[in-house]
Amino acid sequence: MLRSKKRAAGLALFVVLALVLAACSAHGGKKAAEAAAGGGATVAAGHATTPHYTIAMITHAAPGDTFWDIIRHGALAASAKDNVTLKYSSDPDPTKQAALITDAMNSHVAGIAVTDPNPAALCPTIQKARAAGIPVSMFNAGVSNWQQCGGQQYFGQDEAIAGEAAGKRLAAAGAKHVLCVLQETGQVQLEARCNGVQKGLGSEGTMSKLYVNGRDNAAVLSGITAKLTQDKTIDAVLTLGAPYALIAIQAVGSSNSSAKIYTFDTNAALIAKIKSGAVQWAVDQQPYLQGYEAVDSLWLYLTNGNVLGGDETVLTGPAFIDAKNVAQVSKYAEAGNR
Amino acid sequence: MAQTAEAPVTPPPTRDERVGQKSTLGRLLARPEAGAIAGAIVIYIFFFIIAPPFRNASSFSNTLYVTSTYGLMATPVALLMIGGEFDLSAGVAVTSSALCASLFSYEFTTNAWVGVLVALALSLLIGFINGWIVVKTGIPSFLVTLGTFFMLQGLNLALTQTITNQVASPDISTLDGFNSARDVFASSFTIGGVNIRITVIYWIVFVIIATWILLRTHIGNWIFSVGGSPVSARAVGVPVARVKIGLFMAVGLMAWFTGMHTLFQFNTIQSGQGIGNEFVYIIAAVVGGCLLTGGYGSAVGAAIGALIFGMVNQGIIYAGWNPYWFQFFVGALLLGAILLNTYIRRRAEASV
Repeated sequence: MLRSKKRAAGLALFVVLALVLAACSAHGGKKAAEAAAGGGATVAAGHATTPHYTIAMITHAAPGDTFWDIIRHGALAASAKDNVTLKYSSDPDPTKQAALITDAMNSHVAGIAVTDPNPAALCPTIQKARAAGIPVSMFNAGVSNWQQCGGQQYFGQDEAIAGEAAGKRLAAAGAKHVLCVLQETGQVQLEARCNGVQKGLGSEGTMSKLYVNGRDNAAVLSGITAKLTQDKTIDAVLTLGAPYALIAIQAVGSSNSSAKIYTFDTNAALIAKIKSGAVQWAVDQQPYLQGYEAVDSLWLYLTNGNVLGGDETVLTGPAFIDAKNVAQVSKYAEAGNR
Repeated sequence: MAQTAEAPVTPPPTRDERVGQKSTLGRLLARPEAGAIAGAIVIYIFFFIIAPPFRNASSFSNTLYVTSTYGLMATPVALLMIGGEFDLSAGVAVTSSALCASLFSYEFTTNAWVGVLVALALSLLIGFINGWIVVKTGIPSFLVTLGTFFMLQGLNLALTQTITNQVASPDISTLDGFNSARDVFASSFTIGGVNIRITVIYWIVFVIIATWILLRTHIGNWIFSVGGSPVSARAVGVPVARVKIGLFMAVGLMAWFTGMHTLFQFNTIQSGQGIGNEFVYIIAAVVGGCLLTGGYGSAVGAAIGALIFGMVNQGIIYAGWNPYWFQFFVGALLLGAILLNTYIRRRAEASV
């Protein structure tokens, strides 16, 4: 009995191994990607000989969001160049993010790069760090009052302006009823984008909001499908994150809608969809640049006393990626940098 | 002093209530899923009246789709709860399985089916480890799986990041075997102009299998007995440890199945997905009549519970209600369903 069980287990293992060896794919996968990339392409911009610093980057990223990964790539590239050790941490809950900022302050980092999605909750902590003599750069969120919060410079896009720009372009494309898909509730920047879209559309069209659970693809798919079925006048779907645009493609297909798809932010898969024409365009706020500059500006301050922007916001967007310029962007997207 | 020779008053002859015949309606109402069925009918009629788009068949098919993705997991979770245990790691385990299949087949450039099988082994292993720790240590499964919930969440993020240097799995849609795997896990077909996704069919099949196991096999008896009273179950020779580990592995099996659907439907997986769904599965099981203390419940009930959750979710969108109230309505309707459920069960138990 035991013997036959062992033999069966051995046989099963053998079969699995044989399958693995015999079942290599002739298409796609890492081999194809490596062949295409010619053996990996990482961004390297030399290496500074300035003293070694530790810089903390603290964001409100939800774990596993592709957008934030691009920011982190930018921050890492700057760190590698500037002889800096980057300590990256994040929490979407403002009180926990504030605790992370306090942790960084208490561990005497040389500089703090921080996002501020919720000024009421985070400003006091950021001000404390600044009062303790730690230089602070801010980016991505908190554009309305970063100066009062204690930031020395700010890199990002004004979400309301970006939304307005998107709204104007949608109106120019003839959109009459835009569905703005929010992947999270209670996020100030996401709301600002949708409201900006309404402003940009002006009297040309209307905007409706749809909240979906961004942590569940199936729920996003059926939610957008349901809304497109409920309201047949929707002729444009605008998602606020690249992964949701990819799902919207399926939703439009399964609800027999003729709505066109637009999105905020990008990732590699989305760039491919712009190339193929399934997605019209993406609003690009250049997250890589935000992450890079947030670290690099601190290094400039620490080594040379420079401050960027003259107390004004340094805008990294909105730029648009569409059929015209997608070819140029796509190779950077594949490396996870756009 | 004369003894009163009065005949003792005999009570009217009643039969033992354990062998008593209940009315057909009473028997139906005493089933665990009775309250949920009533609740589902009320909610269906409610949205049927107020939300015109909810009425057409393709909308209902869409509702059934999202329901099936919850229901596939709610089925084994209900069985596990009947067996007296919880699994809080069930939501992220779905993502773990999908990531494992995707990353394995991409990194080694294998046929997509190889990744699928590796993911199956991993999912069963996760279930086994959950069950084994619970059985060997006697620590409540709520705590053990809370631990594995965080561990899996961390592994999903950290391993994806380490392997791909990104936080989403790469697109595997060009691999050999992808199309056939998609046909199995994520295809759809059309009946009478209505597009139906295959997960709906799988869901119904798995509910039937789970019901058959629960009600018609000795394993079903074992599940009820280990959940009702593990001590006496052990005393009469039920292999308590094997039953519980088996139930955790069943959750693993369905996490694999649901994960494969997600992977082949959406091509790439973001590593932060699935968090929060463990509660949806538990809510579905509880609304469907499973007791939090174990020993009572049904697979059909969990399916109806998932349907209630799915209908409320989609119905609010079809009704075009103010989205700011969304979560409030979800909560209120669920609470209403549970109250109705409890009320019907009490009445059914009282009118034996």
